[in-house]
Amino acid sequence: MEHFTKPSPVYKKFFTPGVFVLVILALNGLAFLAGRLIFGIGAVTNLNNQYPWGIWIGIDVAAGVALAAGGFTTAALSHVIHKEQYHDIIRPALLTAMLGYTFVALAVSIDIGRWYYIWHPLIMWNGNSALFEVGICVIMYLAVLYIEFLPVVTERFIGKVRMKGIFSILNKPLDAILRILDKGLSKTMFIFIILGVVLSTLHQSSLGTLMIIAGPKMHPLWQTPVLPLLFLLSAISVGYPMVIFESILASRSLGLKAEMNVLSELGRMVPPILGIYLAFKIGDMVIRGSFVYLTEFNTASVMFVIEVLFGVIVPLRMFLSEAVLKSKPLLFVASVLVIFGVLLNRINNFVVAYTPPYSYGPYFPSIGEISVTVGFISLLVLAYRFIVLNFPVMSLPDKSSVPQSKFAIRGTQK
Amino acid sequence: MEKQNRRSFLKTTALIGAAATGISTKSASAKPKNILSEDRMGVLVDTTVCIGCRNCEWACKTAHNIPTEDQIKYEDRSVFKQMRRPEPNAFTVVNEYPNPQNSALPTDVKIQCMHCDHPACVSACIVGAISKEENGSVIWDTKKCIGCRYCMVACPFQIPSFDYNKPMNPEIRKCDFCIERTKKGLLPACVKNCPVEALTYGPRNELIKEARERIKRYPDKYFNHIYGETEAGGTSWMYLANQDFSKLAFPSPGDKPMPGASESIQHGIFAYFVPPAFLYALLGGIMWITKKRNEPE
Ligand code: SF4
Ligand code: SF4
Ligand code: SF4
Repeated sequence: MEHFTKPSPVYKKFFTPGVFVLVILALNGLAFLAGRLIFGIGAVTNLNNQYPWGIWIGIDVAAGVALAAGGFTTAALSHVIHKEQYHDIIRPALLTAMLGYTFVALAVSIDIGRWYYIWHPLIMWNGNSALFEVGICVIMYLAVLYIEFLPVVTERFIGKVRMKGIFSILNKPLDAILRILDKGLSKTMFIFIILGVVLSTLHQSSLGTLMIIAGPKMHPLWQTPVLPLLFLLSAISVGYPMVIFESILASRSLGLKAEMNVLSELGRMVPPILGIYLAFKIGDMVIRGSFVYLTEFNTASVMFVIEVLFGVIVPLRMFLSEAVLKSKPLLFVASVLVIFGVLLNRINNFVVAYTPPYSYGPYFPSIGEISVTVGFISLLVLAYRFIVLNFPVMSLPDKSSVPQSKFAIRGTQK
Repeated sequence: MEKQNRRSFLKTTALIGAAATGISTKSASAKPKNILSEDRMGVLVDTTVCIGCRNCEWACKTAHNIPTEDQIKYEDRSVFKQMRRPEPNAFTVVNEYPNPQNSALPTDVKIQCMHCDHPACVSACIVGAISKEENGSVIWDTKKCIGCRYCMVACPFQIPSFDYNKPMNPEIRKCDFCIERTKKGLLPACVKNCPVEALTYGPRNELIKEARERIKRYPDKYFNHIYGETEAGGTSWMYLANQDFSKLAFPSPGDKPMPGASESIQHGIFAYFVPPAFLYALLGGIMWITKKRNEPE
């Protein structure tokens, strides 16, 4: 196997004008976050007793989890069915998943009224609650993601622990610990990789079970007993588009060359999954007869049509075309559409479809809610940039041209 | 037996978490208390008798140490111009609707938690902070609640309310069926203070008989339906009225218990952890086979 690339830190300056904008957005979000902590949820959000959940759940949590699906879908592809050619994209995808879930966890903690009780589900269980299953799986998966990422950290520091002053006596033992960790990890990593995939399928679908209990409070265009399946399928279908999207974006912003041949191959795998998702979505609508609601003209029907047409059908057609797969801009657009579709689907399920029997008016997110969501996304991008600049995540052309597979294919090597 | 398996698996998985946080799992149980006792109590609300004096609102606040204005102020009927909903500081409210039989005598409807027989809130709560007690009341535990508001999403009657403006220890607030009073043998405060006996407290089974009796005796006066007998699988609080309940802004959640669908899906996916374990084994197998196949290269 010829591997002429090797994961290594990207040597670039952290600050650029774009980064500066992100910092401002992040600070703005943090300011509103402080408001929420000091004055309560009511002070910065438009949530009320009619609409208990808003975009912090719909976007930050539900869409966040779905869009971090690139982590487990590429892990399955590369490690479980051993498609070796995808190894270059596995670390960036893993990093996105890890950061994505970290921010999901943060978003949950600030959305719940008693953030200091976030650990309660660990010891207080309700096996009947879909939210409990989501919570437990997300916590465990987050731990698994950190473990999966550890080799990147050990690789960065092994033989490079050079602390100064009195700490220098710690350098040797620390290095030894890292080496032991590294060895143990590469032997046991397969356990965590499979566990990660299993946990992902579980909570991606349980996330769909969440709204089922709301029954008639949810618009019939979305309320269906097959929601868990739809959620799982859509999460899987957004996995590779998300990887394509971030690869193209990251390579652009870091001045690297996007690996178009790998990305086109990934793109080729999208239509079957997206097609199955579409089939289930339409099939479910036909079986339940819910298409009658499409004849009404209102927010729900319009949002549904946008979601299915631009988020599923158009990109499905695009991914089927050879010309799109070969062209970077078109592949990018098609991926963005799938991402948009899943994002909109989660917003629709958790926010648009929710119609409480008694309400004083519709819910629309407040400036504070939007600021915090945008702030979190900015922080995520900043963290991503910081990590790829300092840790061996991105695959760069290897100067020595010696395949260093020890670190590239960790954990699955014999 | 099967239950046992699932539970013990949950125990093992959570032990990992517990070990990490250093907390014992002894007190943890996998399900919240959810008792459906034969002798559970209930209240029959006869809206044809209610005069809209709102004494119940006042009594409820007083019994729960919620600051309130003098009882005399409650005579002001202008509040009925707007529909009101239960709030953190009003566990029960009375709304007024036109009466088609006699426009001079509007229909007044007291609302509060229905204390469902199969409460969606109990099934939904992530930490099992809500429980259904032996006497029928559905109550909330401040020591467990994390404030996620999933109970509010789940409740078909849109009852639980939340202190959005409290930064620390915001609570889920709703009627607790005066459990502190009934434990001592007292009547719920609202029932006790109703001057016209529009509210009857008693064993739910008896109340259904009583309600049927009333409908039979005065078929012209009552709309032939006991709201709450079957709604959402049955509720402890039940209503009689002189007109269709949908005209009085009662929701129609259907007759099936709300948690039914979600719980069976939930347990289907997890089914005593066989499917996840199977998936794990399957993926492990595929991983092993494909690796073998790649090796000879
Ligand atoms: S009415 Fe709502 S809050 Fe009250 S028991 Fe039923 S589900 Fe729970
Ligand atoms: S808000 Fe509290 S009581 Fe309601 S579901 Fe969440 S943890 Fe349970
Ligand atoms: S039963 Fe008690 S808590 Fe419930 S409405 Fe009546 S007085 Fe209030």
